[in-house]
Amino acid sequence: MTAPSTVGRRSRRRLRPSTIIVLSSLLLLLLVAVIVSAAIGAAGIPPTRLLALVGLTSLDPATFARDHLVLWSIRLPRIALAAMIGALLAVSGAMMQGLFRNPLADPAMVGVSSGAAFAAALTIVIVDRFATAGGPLSLGALSLGLLPVTALIGALITTAALYRLATRHGRTSIAVFLLGGLAIAALTNAGIGFLVFMADDRQLRDITFWMLGSLAGATWQKVAIVAPFLVLTAAGMPLIARGLDLLALGEAEAFHMGIAVERLKQIAILLVAIAVGAAVAFCGVVGFVGIVVPHLLRLAIGPSHRLLLPASMLLGAAMMLAADSVARTIAAPAELPIGIVTAIVGAPFFLALLLRQRNLVSA
Amino acid sequence: MSTILTLTDAGLTIGTATLLDHVSLSIGAGERIALIGPNGAGKSSLLRILSGELRPSRGNVSLFGRPLSGYAPAELAERRAVLSQQIAVAFPFRVAEIVAMGGRGAPVPDTTIKEALGRVGLSGFADRILTTLSGGEQQRAHIARVLVQMTFGVRRTPRGLIFLDEPTASLDLRHQLDLAKIVADCAEQGLSVVSILHDLNLVPLFADRVIALDHGRIAGDGPVEATITESMMRRIFNVAGAVGRTPPDRMPFVLPQSAD
Repeated sequence: MTAPSTVGRRSRRRLRPSTIIVLSSLLLLLLVAVIVSAAIGAAGIPPTRLLALVGLTSLDPATFARDHLVLWSIRLPRIALAAMIGALLAVSGAMMQGLFRNPLADPAMVGVSSGAAFAAALTIVIVDRFATAGGPLSLGALSLGLLPVTALIGALITTAALYRLATRHGRTSIAVFLLGGLAIAALTNAGIGFLVFMADDRQLRDITFWMLGSLAGATWQKVAIVAPFLVLTAAGMPLIARGLDLLALGEAEAFHMGIAVERLKQIAILLVAIAVGAAVAFCGVVGFVGIVVPHLLRLAIGPSHRLLLPASMLLGAAMMLAADSVARTIAAPAELPIGIVTAIVGAPFFLALLLRQRNLVSA
Repeated sequence: MSTILTLTDAGLTIGTATLLDHVSLSIGAGERIALIGPNGAGKSSLLRILSGELRPSRGNVSLFGRPLSGYAPAELAERRAVLSQQIAVAFPFRVAEIVAMGGRGAPVPDTTIKEALGRVGLSGFADRILTTLSGGEQQRAHIARVLVQMTFGVRRTPRGLIFLDEPTASLDLRHQLDLAKIVADCAEQGLSVVSILHDLNLVPLFADRVIALDHGRIAGDGPVEATITESMMRRIFNVAGAVGRTPPDRMPFVLPQSAD
C-alpha cells in the first residue's frame, strides 16, 4: 500500500492549483472572451480586420473607418461595461455567500438587487420631477452619476435588513434567509411596480430596463462611473478574505480565532452594496452570475476566499461577456435582455444546488 | 503557580433568567479543570464568559491581570483557544486548510499541520474535504486546529488556556483516551485546559480539579478525588449511585443506579 503522506501530497497538487496558474488562466479566458465579443455582433468584425484596428495589418480606409467606429463607440464600451459588471456581480455573490455562510446567496435572488433597482428607479422619477419642474437638475449627466450611489444605498439597506432577519445568536438560518429574501424582493418589486404606475412614458422606459437587465446603451461615460466602484470593491477584498474563511466555521469560532466579527460583517455588507449598487445602476437586475461563478470556482480551486474573490471577478467578467454576446447575437438584429440569458443557464444550476442542500434548508 | 484567569463575583442575566450568580474562580498555569453539572447549570455560559465570547452582567474577568474586555479579538486568540460543540463548516474546506486556520493568518508550514493531525490520529486526512468525514473525525480535525492555534508561533509563558466544550461527545473510547493524553501534554507545556464534561468517569482522565455548577452557582470546587462523591451526585445531579475508587491512585469512578 502507498504511504498515506505520498498520496496526500499528490492529491493536494491536483486539488488545489497554484494561485498564479489559476489567475493567469482566468485572465487568458477573459482575454479570449473580449476578442470574441469584439468580433461578433450585428456588424461583424472578423479577426483579420480586428488585427488591422490595432495596427497589425492594413485595410481599405472605408472599412477601417466603419470598423473603427463600431469598435470604439459601440462595442468596446459595451465590452468594458459588461466585464466590469460581470466581475462585480460574481464577486458580490461570492462575498454574500461567505457572509451568510451559504452557497445559495445571490444578490438578485434575495432582493438586494431589486432593493438597488428600486432606489435607482426612485431616483429617476424624483430627479425627473425636478428637471421637468424647471429646476436646475437635468436627467442626463446628473442622474447618471447619482444612480450608482442611490442604488448602493438601496443595496446596503436590503443587505443589512436581510442580515438582521436571518441571523440569530451568530447563526444564519438558510430557510429564513431565503424566505426573508423573497419577502424583501416582493416588497422592493412592489415599490418598483408603484413607480411604474406613477411614471410617465419616458420614465417608464428607463425603469423597465431594470426589470430584465440589459447592457444596451453602454457608453464610455458609464464605464468611467463604474470603474471607481470596481476599484473600491477590489481594494476591499483583501480586508475580508481571511475573515470570511474563518466565518465559514461560525461567528463564535471566527471570534475565537481572532476575527473582529462585527467589523468584518460591516465591511462585507458595505462591499456587497458597493458592487451590487454599481452593477444594478447600469445593467439592471441580472441574476445567477453571483451563484454560478463562485460555485464553479469552488469546485476547481477550493473555497478559500483569498483566491475565490479575485478569481470570481475574472471568471464573472468572462461569463458576462459570453452571456452578453449570446444576448446580442441570438435574435439579431434584435437583442435579448441579458437577464434572460443568465437565468436560462443559472436557474437550473441554482435548483441543482438547492436539491443538494435540501436537508440544510429544511433544518 | 501563576494565576492566568480570574473571575470575580460574576453574574449573567439574560432577560429575566439568571444563568450565573456570584461565580468566583481563578485558573492557574498548567491546570486541568473539569466543569461539570446538570443540564442548564450554566456550564456553557461560564465557558463563554471565560473565553471572552460573552460579557458577564456583573463582576469582573481578568486574563493575565488585564480585564478580558480590554483585549482585541486577535490578542485574545493568541492567549486562548476554544473548541466548540458541533461546528458546521459552510464550505468544502480541506482538513489541512481547517487546521491551518489555527495559525491566525500566519502561513502554517505543512510539517506543523502534519504533526497536529498525527496527534489526533488523522495522518493522511490532510487533503480530505472536512464535511465528508464522520462526526468524530471532524471533531478531531478541529482539535488539531485548536492545538495549532495554541502552539504555533506562541512564545509566551505562561502560555494561555484551551477551553473544550464537551470534547468527547462524538469520540470513540480510543480517541477519548488520545484526547486525554493531548490535554495532559498541553498542561505539561504550561497551558491550562478547561473541559466541560458530562461523563463523570472521564473527569479523572481530563482534570486534576473539578468545578461543579448547579443552578448558576458554584456547588463544588476542588481536587477530583475529593469532589466526585456520592453526596455530590445526590446533591447536584439528583442521582443515587455508588462512587468507587480505582486501585492504583484511588481515582473515583461513578456507577449511577437510580434517579431520586
